[in-house]
Amino acid sequence: MSHPAASPAPPAILAGYRPQPGVADELFDSDGRMRPVWAPFITQLASLAPHEVATRFARGEQYLRDAGVYFRLYSGGPAQEREWPLSHVPVILSDAEWQGICAGLTQRAELLERVMADLYGPGRLVSDGHLPAELVAQNPQWLRPLVGITPRSGHWLHHLAFEIGRSPDGSFFVLGDRAQAPSGSGFALENRMATTRIFSDPFPRANVRRLAGFFRAFRAAMEDQAGAGRRMAILTPGPNNDTYYEHTYIARYLGMTLLEGEDLIVQNGQAMVRTVRGLEPLGLLWRRIDSEFADPLELNETSQIGTPGLLEALRQGNLSLINALGSGVIEARAMMAFLPRICETLMGAPLQMPNIATWWCGQPRERAYVQQNAAKMMIGAALDAALPFAIGADTALGGQFRAGSSLSLPDWLAAEGGRLVGQEAVTLSTTPAWTGEANSGRLVPRPMTIRVFAARTAQGWTFMPGGYARIGKSDDATALAMQNGGSVADVWVVAPEAVKPDSLVQGNIFERNPPGILPSRAADNLYWLGRYIERTEGAIRLLRAWHLRLAETGDPDEARLQELAAYMERLGLHPDRPIPEGLAGLVSAARNAAAKVRDRFSPDGWGALNDLAKTTAKLTAKVSHGDDAALAMSILLRKISGFSGLVHENMYHFAGWRFLSLGRAEERAGATLMLLETFTDPEAAPGALEIAIEVGDSAMTHQRRYRFGPSRQTVLDLLMLDAQNPRSVLYQVAQLRHHIGKLPQEGAGLSALDRILLRIDTDLRVADPAGIDAEMLADLRARMSDVFELISTSFLR
Amino acid sequence: MRYKIRLTIDYQYQSASDHVRNVLRLLPSDAPGQHVTARSLTISPPPQERLDRLDFFGNTTTDVVWHQPVETITFTLEAEAERFATPPVDVSPPLKGIAADVAGAGIGPLSPLHFLGPSPRIRAEAAITAFTRAALPATGSSLAMVEAVGRALHKAMTYDADATDVNTSPLEAFGKRRGVCQDFAQIMIAGLRAIGLPAAYVSGFLRTYPPPGQPRLEGVDAMHAWVAVWCGQAQAWVEYDPTNAQWAGEDYITVAIGRDYADVAPVKGAIRTSGGQDSAQAVDVIPLDDPVTPPQADMTGKDRTP
Repeated sequence: MSHPAASPAPPAILAGYRPQPGVADELFDSDGRMRPVWAPFITQLASLAPHEVATRFARGEQYLRDAGVYFRLYSGGPAQEREWPLSHVPVILSDAEWQGICAGLTQRAELLERVMADLYGPGRLVSDGHLPAELVAQNPQWLRPLVGITPRSGHWLHHLAFEIGRSPDGSFFVLGDRAQAPSGSGFALENRMATTRIFSDPFPRANVRRLAGFFRAFRAAMEDQAGAGRRMAILTPGPNNDTYYEHTYIARYLGMTLLEGEDLIVQNGQAMVRTVRGLEPLGLLWRRIDSEFADPLELNETSQIGTPGLLEALRQGNLSLINALGSGVIEARAMMAFLPRICETLMGAPLQMPNIATWWCGQPRERAYVQQNAAKMMIGAALDAALPFAIGADTALGGQFRAGSSLSLPDWLAAEGGRLVGQEAVTLSTTPAWTGEANSGRLVPRPMTIRVFAARTAQGWTFMPGGYARIGKSDDATALAMQNGGSVADVWVVAPEAVKPDSLVQGNIFERNPPGILPSRAADNLYWLGRYIERTEGAIRLLRAWHLRLAETGDPDEARLQELAAYMERLGLHPDRPIPEGLAGLVSAARNAAAKVRDRFSPDGWGALNDLAKTTAKLTAKVSHGDDAALAMSILLRKISGFSGLVHENMYHFAGWRFLSLGRAEERAGATLMLLETFTDPEAAPGALEIAIEVGDSAMTHQRRYRFGPSRQTVLDLLMLDAQNPRSVLYQVAQLRHHIGKLPQEGAGLSALDRILLRIDTDLRVADPAGIDAEMLADLRARMSDVFELISTSFLR
Repeated sequence: MRYKIRLTIDYQYQSASDHVRNVLRLLPSDAPGQHVTARSLTISPPPQERLDRLDFFGNTTTDVVWHQPVETITFTLEAEAERFATPPVDVSPPLKGIAADVAGAGIGPLSPLHFLGPSPRIRAEAAITAFTRAALPATGSSLAMVEAVGRALHKAMTYDADATDVNTSPLEAFGKRRGVCQDFAQIMIAGLRAIGLPAAYVSGFLRTYPPPGQPRLEGVDAMHAWVAVWCGQAQAWVEYDPTNAQWAGEDYITVAIGRDYADVAPVKGAIRTSGGQDSAQAVDVIPLDDPVTPPQADMTGKDRTP
């Protein structure tokens, strides 16, 4: 292609930008003219010095890292978290073009809804011959127990995603429909946040359609459906899912509770959430788990992430699901072969936006056609929902098998027939992507598809204006280049004039959310996070005390060192290595508990915890015994204090924060009692009392509070009985009483938990340090275990 | 033949569990060749919720829920049913004629299309497919093929209640050539589907007191399982019991039909408990038209269907 001679010389970043012949390009039209909608953006990008581009791209990446945006890869080994692969340059579309896309997809959304209503209702599409029965009956996503259940809202589909691409003639077509549990709308928001940081200039950004209105409309629609007095929540498969990050992000963004299957129970046909206050009725679930796993009693019996009885709540019309269970049935590739005709039948009009040409090989004529045209086709599993460019071992492309096969293509088609479809090997449009180092890079054409998100509202289908495009890795414009990842870009829909700013909160309306609910499972994880963090801190202090004394004496067999070592062994910390493996184990236990409740604390808190884990691993690998390790422990103490500070200073005092605090107080009380049992033992090695004070982080206070010492009595007084010392046992008991007093409890008067804590509190307040013996310490430790049991049975189940 | 049926199933949980939910498929219904004149299911302790409904395949399904912890549960079924079924008269096409008949089927509850592809617990297995093919006579009707496969399987397999459990896969049971009625049925289904015959899993009862002078059959001390096969439009469904190598005629009472055990399990449960569980089954199927004196036998079976 050539640029018109009259136009000014192209900017350096476009040097070598050469769309391929016969391929549509987003930036240049077929005559080689830059599309007007791109011009302001390109002008601005071209005006930036190379180092500015580099700084800006780094800013966007920094945002994603700070926000903790990641996705998970399943790659055989342990699940890995990957940074979000942002392609910095947005795809830009005009408002007018976008309206056309939305019109076509509105029709398609309505068509899919009618197909769902039929497949789970009267089944006329099959009986009237518009859809082969085999494609329904053998589709694993057609869930028989759902047949005959009309959703409470009257609609099966509420949230859809469409993967669309642009043909060489410039028109858009659909490559795939996503109805099961479409993912990506949260990532679209993050794309936008990151891109906004890169291209922060008011123009041309001022004209870009905002995304927040889409979520506001969707949330309002969900509130309507949940019904008065009933909660709505997001149902996630849990932290091992590849898009768990997005579930936590959307839950936070929309202020919705994030639940897992075990948080729910169905009673009298009503779905209820197990919370720390008891059971709370639920009206709507935006599910992010695949249908077949939703109810192990009536669907996949091996599911560990479902809720027994969920289908009963649906049958009784007490629960709305987004989307209805079984909606995966319409994602099958083979549906594409029949939707054009079904559209004419159900909608009385042809498809406004075509879908990828598809032929089902269960029909003799179609099979013959696919065989004759195999060179121009992708041939793969008919009932698979994968996009056409997901080429696996069981697919053939251009007449060739990916992974080799013992069968010839015609034999394969004859043998498998109805299990296969042929899909046209399409050509996509290309869009500018940045290549090379940020400070010396340029734009190159890369193939792209756009994911369009739709939501049903009372006013009809509404669309997220942009946000999400997939960008291929090479300049090959056939869909093949889209497999194996690539990157993701923002999509800007640009209006002719500036659009008004928008966020989820509109205007200055003041409206408080109703108090949130705390599922017992989340409370349990927060409680254990509190315990593990405290346990980790205690371990670090012990290790530091040991290494300091080793540095001092150089003799690991010295009495105090031996006493400390024996004590640490009991806690799983073996000081034969400078930083025992047990420490990393504790940090990872804390991190695992936190990973399950990421929607409940800030990205900064999560970042601090990751930083602690990374630093622990790094130091473990390199420090040596003595001073070196003692210094390392001081570094870790500062890191862990950073996390505790974030949590205890900055976290809102929701019920969840109280469980974190309960865990910390419970752990600290138990650990201090155990420490005192050993190190205030009259038989203990000389210097043991100093160890107790040091590990109890009370050395400065001890100096101030007592004229002499330390003695056994001063140590017990300070670490057990001093209500002003935040490290004392009495202080922990007071904390436990305070937090439990703020939690919902059944019945009037004192609970068993209140009673036991009150007794311990009283015993400590009236105790005289001289009268405290080993027996009393052991007894108190046993009573603290009872406290733990009671907290568990009262709130955490 | 008319029968009086009595079934009890006891469950014991090691540690009391809160909120137990069960889905039961224990109540027999009217079916082609079968008329149920009376049926009742009593449950102890009485659950807080109980709901009888029909599932997709038309089986009577009972949902029960206890809101409080329970340590033991007893299900007692009492029913009277009449069974008219006799060995089928062969009007089936040869195997190669089945596909054309299947193609005309819809997606209604007993459409053969539901019973051709893989199902939750049964998929095509090369070893079972090869065995099945080897059992086929060179020519003959589909019905003849079914009988040939059933007989071959019966001959190759040994009935052994200790070799497998309720979750053993068809391939594993076939590898051992041992198992109980569930294994026999699921292996036969895997083989029949692989050769293009739609095959379903049937759970129900087998008469426990043999006619005078006849031997007692295998698997009469608990619920039984056999196979239903769709042999073309004209023949439709026929039932065969590979455990005893015979057509499931008037000695059989159907309770539920589905794609495999997962669709028809007599008791499916979800409990929140830390401990394990035990269960025991006892079955009496007494012919009313042909009274015999019930022998004094220990009728306690194991936690599964034969």
